[in-house]
Amino acid sequence: MKILVAVKRVLDYSTNIRLKADQSGVETQNVKMTINPFDEIAIEEAVRLKEKGIAKEIVVVSIGPTHCQETIRTGLAMGADSGILVETNDEIQPLGAANILRSLVEKENPNLFILGKQAVDSDNNQTGQMLAGLLNWPQGTFASKVLIENNKVHVTREIDGGLETLLLNLPAVITTDLRLNEPRYLSLPNIVQAKRKTIKIIPLKELNVDVTPRLKILKVSLPEKRRSGVKVADVKDLVNRLKNEARVI
Amino acid sequence: MKTIVIVEHDNKVFKQTNLHVLTAAKQLNHEIDLFIIGYQCDEVVKQASHCAYIKKVLVADAQVYQHQLAENTAALIAEIAKNYDYILAPATTFGKNLLPRVAALMDVAMISDVIKIETADTFVRPTYAGNVLTTIKSEDAKKIISIRMTAFSAASAKETQSIPVEKISQIVPNTDSQFENQELTASSRPDLADARIVVSGGRGLKSAENFKLIEELADLLGAAVGASRAAVDAGFAPNDYQVGQTGKIVAPELYIAIGISGAIQHLAGMKDSKVIVAINNDPDAPIFQIADYGLVGDLFSSIQELRNELSKSLSH
Repeated sequence: MKILVAVKRVLDYSTNIRLKADQSGVETQNVKMTINPFDEIAIEEAVRLKEKGIAKEIVVVSIGPTHCQETIRTGLAMGADSGILVETNDEIQPLGAANILRSLVEKENPNLFILGKQAVDSDNNQTGQMLAGLLNWPQGTFASKVLIENNKVHVTREIDGGLETLLLNLPAVITTDLRLNEPRYLSLPNIVQAKRKTIKIIPLKELNVDVTPRLKILKVSLPEKRRSGVKVADVKDLVNRLKNEARVI
Repeated sequence: MKTIVIVEHDNKVFKQTNLHVLTAAKQLNHEIDLFIIGYQCDEVVKQASHCAYIKKVLVADAQVYQHQLAENTAALIAEIAKNYDYILAPATTFGKNLLPRVAALMDVAMISDVIKIETADTFVRPTYAGNVLTTIKSEDAKKIISIRMTAFSAASAKETQSIPVEKISQIVPNTDSQFENQELTASSRPDLADARIVVSGGRGLKSAENFKLIEELADLLGAAVGASRAAVDAGFAPNDYQVGQTGKIVAPELYIAIGISGAIQHLAGMKDSKVIVAINNDPDAPIFQIADYGLVGDLFSSIQELRNELSKSLSH
C-alpha cells in the first residue's frame, strides 16, 4: 500500500500573532514556523501503518514556498520515504490545495491519503473533504482510530455526540483528529538520515491547475479583548457575586 | 435569490443548531428552504415545519441516507443546491464533514465558521484559534457557508403555520462507505453547545475519578459539562466534552473553568461566554486574564464549598 500525506507549514501556535500594519494579513516574516500539528499526527499514523507492514511507501507532500521543504523533512525524519513540494509563492486556498493534491494523486496513485483535519492558521477544516469529493473517494474525517483489514479501512470518527465508526473502501481519504496517536520525537540519526531522502520539487505551473483564490481577504483584525475581572476572596464571595452582581445563578 | 439550509438531525430530533443557522440565513434576506436528508425522519420534518422564516421543507427520505454518509449525501446536496444561491449548514461535526465535499463537487470556495454577515458576499470568520478575525469577500456566484452557532441567536421553532413539504425522490447510491456503529455519550444534561451554564474541568482535576466532581457540580446547576484538551487527552473525560479551537465552541451565560490553565486553544472555544469564572490553584494561570471572577485556591475544597454554598443558595 502506498500512502500520501499532506503537510502544511504554519505559524507556531505558541508564538504571539502580529498583524501587518495595513491589516492585509498576519505577519509571517521573522516568526517561528512549524508543521501543522494535525499533519504531524497524519505522518505518525502513516509511519505506524508502515511499521505494521501494511504500508510499503509513504510520500509527504506540501504546497508553498521553498521553505516548506523543512516541513517535508520533518515527515521524512519521522519515517516517510520521500517528499514532493509543489512550489509556489501564491496564496493557496483549500479548494486550490485540494485541486493540486488531486493532480498529485493522478501521478502517484496512492491507496490512502491522510491529512490533518484542519490547519491551525486558517482553521478552515476543508481540504481533506474537498479532495475526497474531487476524487470521488470515501472520506473518514476527524479520525481517532484507523484499522486496515481486507483492503478496507475502519475509521472511528470524533463527532459531536461521541464516536462513530465507518467502514470505507480503499482508496480513501482520512483526516486526523488529536487523539489518533501521539507523534514520535525525532531522533538525531533519523534527522540526519532524512537529509539523504529525496524531495521532488514541482513548480506549480507545471501541474496546470487553476488555483486562483476565490475568497478575497479584505482585512484582518484583532477581536475585542476581554477585560480581566476581579479575584474573589472565597467561595462565599463568588456565589454571592454570581447571584447578586452577575445574576447568572 | 434563494437560500437552502442543510438540516442537522438524527432521524428523530431536529437539532437546535439549525435554528442558529436560520437566524444567519434570515440576515441574507432571501427565500429560505430547509433540506432534510435521512431515513424515516417524519418526526424531524414535523419539527422543522414549525421553524420561523422558512418557505418550504425539502425531504429526501430513503434508507441510503440513514446515516447521512458524506459520499452520497454530499452528492445529493450538490445536485439539489444547483437551484440555490446560498447553501448553509451549522459548523458542527455534521456540517464540517459534509459541506466542504459539497463545495468541491460544485467548484465553490467554501467559507467556514462565519460569525458575521456583512453584506451579501462579505463575511467575518475567526482564524488562528480565534485570535484573528478575517473579513473575506467571496467571488464565487454561489456561496457555501458554515455558521458558527454561538454568533447567532436561535430562531423560533414554535410557529403555527402550514409549510409545504416537497419530497425529493432522487436516490444517490453509496457503495464506498458503510456505517458500523456509534458510541454516543449518554447524558441527561443539557447539550454542551447550547447550555445556559457550562462547568468545565482541566488537567488540575488529576484523575477521571476526580472529574466526577465536575459532573456532580454541573448537575447541581443544571449545567452541561466541558473539558480542556489536556483533560480529554489524559482520559479524564470523553472526547465530545472538549471545548476549544478543535473541539466545541460554546458561549453560555456562565462558564465555570476548574483546574484549567487557559491555553489559547481552550480560550478559543469559550471566550465569548457572558460570564467566566476561573478556579485554579496557580495564581498566574492565564485563564485569570479573561475571567470575570477568579478564585485562587485548592480545587477540591473549592468544589466542595461551592456545592455547599450552591445547595444553600439554590434552595432559597
